[in-house]
Amino acid sequence: MQWVNDIIQGILTGGLYALFACGLSLMFGVMKVVNLAHGDLAVIGAYIALGVITVTHVPVLWSFVIVVPIMAVLGYVLQRTLIQAALDRGVLITLLVTFGLSVVIENALLQFINADSHSLGVGNAIITGSFSVGSQIQIAYLLLLIFAVAVVVLLGLQYFLSGSRYGRMIRAVADDQEAAQLSGIDYRHVFGIAAAIAFATVALAGIAYGMYSQFSPTTGTDTILLFAFAAVVIGGLGSLWGTLLGGVVLGVAQQIGAQINQSDQFLAGYIVFLVVLALRPQGLTTRRAQS
Amino acid sequence: MTEPRRADNGNTPLLEVMDLTVHHGQLRALDRVSLRVFPGEVYAIIGANGAGKSTLLRTIAGLHQPTEGSILYDGKNMTKVRPERRATSGIGMVPEGRRLFGSLTVEENLLVGATYARKGPWTIEHVYELFGWMRERRTQRTAQLSGGEQQSVAIGRALVANPRVLLLDELSLGLAPVIVQRIYAMLPQILATGLTVLLVEQDVSQALRVASHLQCLLEGHTTLEGRPADVTPAQVEAAYFGLSQSAPGAVGEGSEP
Repeated sequence: MQWVNDIIQGILTGGLYALFACGLSLMFGVMKVVNLAHGDLAVIGAYIALGVITVTHVPVLWSFVIVVPIMAVLGYVLQRTLIQAALDRGVLITLLVTFGLSVVIENALLQFINADSHSLGVGNAIITGSFSVGSQIQIAYLLLLIFAVAVVVLLGLQYFLSGSRYGRMIRAVADDQEAAQLSGIDYRHVFGIAAAIAFATVALAGIAYGMYSQFSPTTGTDTILLFAFAAVVIGGLGSLWGTLLGGVVLGVAQQIGAQINQSDQFLAGYIVFLVVLALRPQGLTTRRAQS
Repeated sequence: MTEPRRADNGNTPLLEVMDLTVHHGQLRALDRVSLRVFPGEVYAIIGANGAGKSTLLRTIAGLHQPTEGSILYDGKNMTKVRPERRATSGIGMVPEGRRLFGSLTVEENLLVGATYARKGPWTIEHVYELFGWMRERRTQRTAQLSGGEQQSVAIGRALVANPRVLLLDELSLGLAPVIVQRIYAMLPQILATGLTVLLVEQDVSQALRVASHLQCLLEGHTTLEGRPADVTPAQVEAAYFGLSQSAPGAVGEGSEP
């Protein structure tokens, strides 16, 4: 029964990890940018949520209505300026630039806020409550909610990418920028749109993490980015549903690791990550590169 | 100017390239190439591999920046205009190697082509009529199509934007001769809608068959220019391979460095 509980908890945590990962995957899939500031941006989202809640007293669960648009605009602007400038100089430069951005964000947060840990929605019944199934399985409302949000986000992304005009343009640009230009498409604008969407998911990830656990200026790189990377690599780079599978595999591995020995929780996750990298480097869901 | 012998009926050219020089790094890929394409014309650029033909088309489309020279389209200077703006103002291109969106279906490729379409006769429906097989395979990914079919989709994708001038880069590349014939056989139907065509072709006989005007490039230089009826096979051969006896119609300045 304990194992069943572990697996259920792992799957639900996987929803959170998928939320971490899908923006990273989208940005890599469309513009081949590995955004090393991804986690820090999620933390910024959490801080913005904290500020918004403090100032406007909007309920924690509704803070996303304000934070998501702010982050989306930030995503568009960052992509059109800093990241595009890096891309124009080569894909490798984007690694350096986003790494630099990550350092700047962390230190700015330390400088202008502080190193304290914060969390969102302490005392809220939905966020801290749970219900029991049988005698041994406790399911937190929050994890269930986050899992549902992750599924809705992935469904929404899939629907948008496959069904809408902009989604089609994003896929076209991801396939061939020059050919898209010959069809009159300004790929830099399309990149901006893709970044805005990615940053919107990053905002959700930040808020979700802020409710799930505590965050501080360094949470972005030491937790969110690492888990996002692990989920993306396990699931398969550039595959949206792969991020959910990767997140779930990572979550289950961590739970089982913790069951064996509390201190092995994260180790178990990274072992799975390394095994996948060694045996199936393209990830669980993606096929070998197709021409 | 290298445009001495054209009877242009007082028309203004739709597309004019003046003294275009393009470098790839240190390499001078094009050296002061000029051309004028008049409305309704099929202008063919021929030349061997590495002659600079594709570079010329890509520069006209805006994918390369010239080091010198200018590109006029419909009287407007397009030299500094971004490629997507050139596309939306009516310069269409079928790039070398098709360059389809491989993860998109046939229909999605056409829809992308039509995203910023100008007003005009071409619709996706019209493309399906031109290429009979395409309608029932519209939901297939283009990666699953044969080379000739992919080339047809690439042509369709360019047509649905309703360009005024269509740049065709090596339609015959990698295709069986019979498929090439079939694709070129479509050209009259395409021209009948009022398009102007500038094409690049390695297959000289194919180019001579369809062209109303011809220019031969050799290592970035113009070596021959004229109407197909006015040039002899010997002149074409000399210009194409850079043989030393300068043919009467040749305008090249002699030997290469």
